[in-house]
Amino acid sequence: MNAIVKPVQGAQTVEPLARSPRGIAPLLLVPALALAMLPLVGSFPTWVTLTVAGLAMGMMLFIMASGLTLVFGLMDVLNFGHGAFVSVGAFTATLVLIPMRGWMEADSLVQNLAVLALAVLLAMVVTGLLGWAFERIVIMPVYGQHLKQILITMGGMIVAEQLINVIWGAEQIPLPLPTSLRGAVFIGDAAIEKYRLLAVVVGLVVFAVMFLVLNRTRIGLLIRAGVENRDMVEALGYRVRRLFVAVFAAGSALAGLGGVMWGLYKETLTAAMGGEMMVMIFIVIIIGGLGSVGGCFIGALLIALVTNYAGFLAPKVALVSTIALMIAILLWRPAGMYAPGSKP
Amino acid sequence: MTGLLSADLPRSRILSAALLVILAGLAFAPFLTTGARPLNTAATICVYIVLVASYDLLLGYTGIVSFAHTMFYGIGAYGIGLGLARVDEPTWTAALTGLGLALLLALALALVVGLFALRVRAIFYAMITLAVASSFAVLASQLSDFTGGEDGKTFSVPELLSPGYQLFASDVLGRTIDGKVITYYIVFGGCLLLFLFLLRVVNSPFGRVLQAIRENAFRAEALGYRTVVYRIWANCIAALVAALAGALMALWLRYVGPKTSLGFEVMTDILLIVVIGGMGTMYGAVVGATLFIIAQNYLKTLMGHASTALEGIPFLAAALHPDRWMLWLGVLFVLSIYFFPIGIVGKLRLRRLAAAGRSP
Repeated sequence: MNAIVKPVQGAQTVEPLARSPRGIAPLLLVPALALAMLPLVGSFPTWVTLTVAGLAMGMMLFIMASGLTLVFGLMDVLNFGHGAFVSVGAFTATLVLIPMRGWMEADSLVQNLAVLALAVLLAMVVTGLLGWAFERIVIMPVYGQHLKQILITMGGMIVAEQLINVIWGAEQIPLPLPTSLRGAVFIGDAAIEKYRLLAVVVGLVVFAVMFLVLNRTRIGLLIRAGVENRDMVEALGYRVRRLFVAVFAAGSALAGLGGVMWGLYKETLTAAMGGEMMVMIFIVIIIGGLGSVGGCFIGALLIALVTNYAGFLAPKVALVSTIALMIAILLWRPAGMYAPGSKP
Repeated sequence: MTGLLSADLPRSRILSAALLVILAGLAFAPFLTTGARPLNTAATICVYIVLVASYDLLLGYTGIVSFAHTMFYGIGAYGIGLGLARVDEPTWTAALTGLGLALLLALALALVVGLFALRVRAIFYAMITLAVASSFAVLASQLSDFTGGEDGKTFSVPELLSPGYQLFASDVLGRTIDGKVITYYIVFGGCLLLFLFLLRVVNSPFGRVLQAIRENAFRAEALGYRTVVYRIWANCIAALVAALAGALMALWLRYVGPKTSLGFEVMTDILLIVVIGGMGTMYGAVVGATLFIIAQNYLKTLMGHASTALEGIPFLAAALHPDRWMLWLGVLFVLSIYFFPIGIVGKLRLRRLAAAGRSP
């Protein structure tokens, strides 16, 4: 036991993200990109609005993608059905938000946030449980077979989307923001939507909690060790599979949280919203480096900022710009910005 | 016969019978049926057989999961469509120029994406193709000046193929040989040739290497095959065939649009057909595509009738509602990956093998 405890203490003294120049360079990309865009955008207030919008979107992307990248890192499982949890989370939230419309429309921040918290809690519990069941029933039989994993999780996503249509109907569901989160605050001339600020805060909190859990707790140590080298952790007597189920459920719950936030951001829900997000999520985890939470965070911010700037500067190529970014990053580091371990 | 099928015989009596019925049905479709809808179904089946078979070359034979197959299909369709839509008088030159440019674009894209993503891992390729294909679809609907945007483009075809044209003055076997029938036979013939070509590819030494890569890429590499090169080649061939299939479809529909040629629904359909028909068999594409397209065109109507007939019974009526078709298909897809990943064709062949084992 002592032998296991020691590295934990050791880990406290090491800053995992900024260990080496290799770790620092991607960190500088986000501010560098934002600053480089300032002269192109032209006006400072517009730039602030765009940057905050990008950061908010990036935080939501990070919340949705983080679970997926950890799941892949830990067990080599790529869940193409991850988007289903995003949709399910968003739709589950309507179970709270629509009956409690009175609280949503009340002009009190406390009531608004309370109902949102309740909706998020329900969505996370439901998607977490669903993730647990999904891992046990759908993914467990196909461990280690990538081709089948891709096909089966894809099938799972089709079924989940159709089930959402069965339960909630095929129509779009409008999901207006609560009263006190509508509109914008002004800092100088720059308008910043309140909800985006909230999204940035929530994203930072999730990242901080995740960072602390991964770097300061024993379970986090095991997860990181499992991502680096699963066989070694198993040889030391830990059941990585059990850990994996927990991570999968947690990742699904995070996808659910991301889904609620994304649904409120878009203010409409469709069953296909999760599937549409998958494209962005994949790009994020690819450029971040499969299995790396830090890379996922930076990747999400980069993608979201690029999308927002490109959407303003050249709307027609907004989605292609993310592909260009992906290509540029992969040319620089073929396995993503922070590829963990020495896996083949 | 063996030469034509590249020595890859159906190897099951039921399968042979089914294939013959499908072939005969498709070959004589204009004379067996009347009206536009059955002929449309037949043409769609022809195109889908080729499209799915070319995807099978990737998924079933090489073990590559790609989500960009509809992109290549769409490129082919847009090639013909834009080629003909840009000129006032539709000519074969315009169509062929468009097609040629489309094939070049498809080849270049397949090469670049392959070079880029196939070196790393199969799983990377799946994700990257998904990203590239969806961006391409968005791009196609955004560049509305060039592609017609969301609405797509309708275009007229060379005179020989237009519905007003008649080849003979009198009817043949009770059907006027108009431009539509001629187009159908171009589609049918083209698809037959492409299918036989694919059969030839998978049964050539090249195809064997692909199967070796699917089974054990590391070992294939150790035996001295450059697996990356083979994968990229397979990718390029599949892309070109898909583009040709798309071109034939566009010629038949006289319309291209993002939904029918680039939509993700088409990709899901291909995946479902290839898995249900049988991966790595080529004939699976024939059986799967035929069943799927017929079901898609007629089963939905049938489900609608059944649903209204069973209105009193709450659960059954809801379960048979036409909108639920995709749900059942998804469930069937997941179950078939678990319980019979070899698909319909694999199952049929297995029966034959089992029977042979019992009576040696």
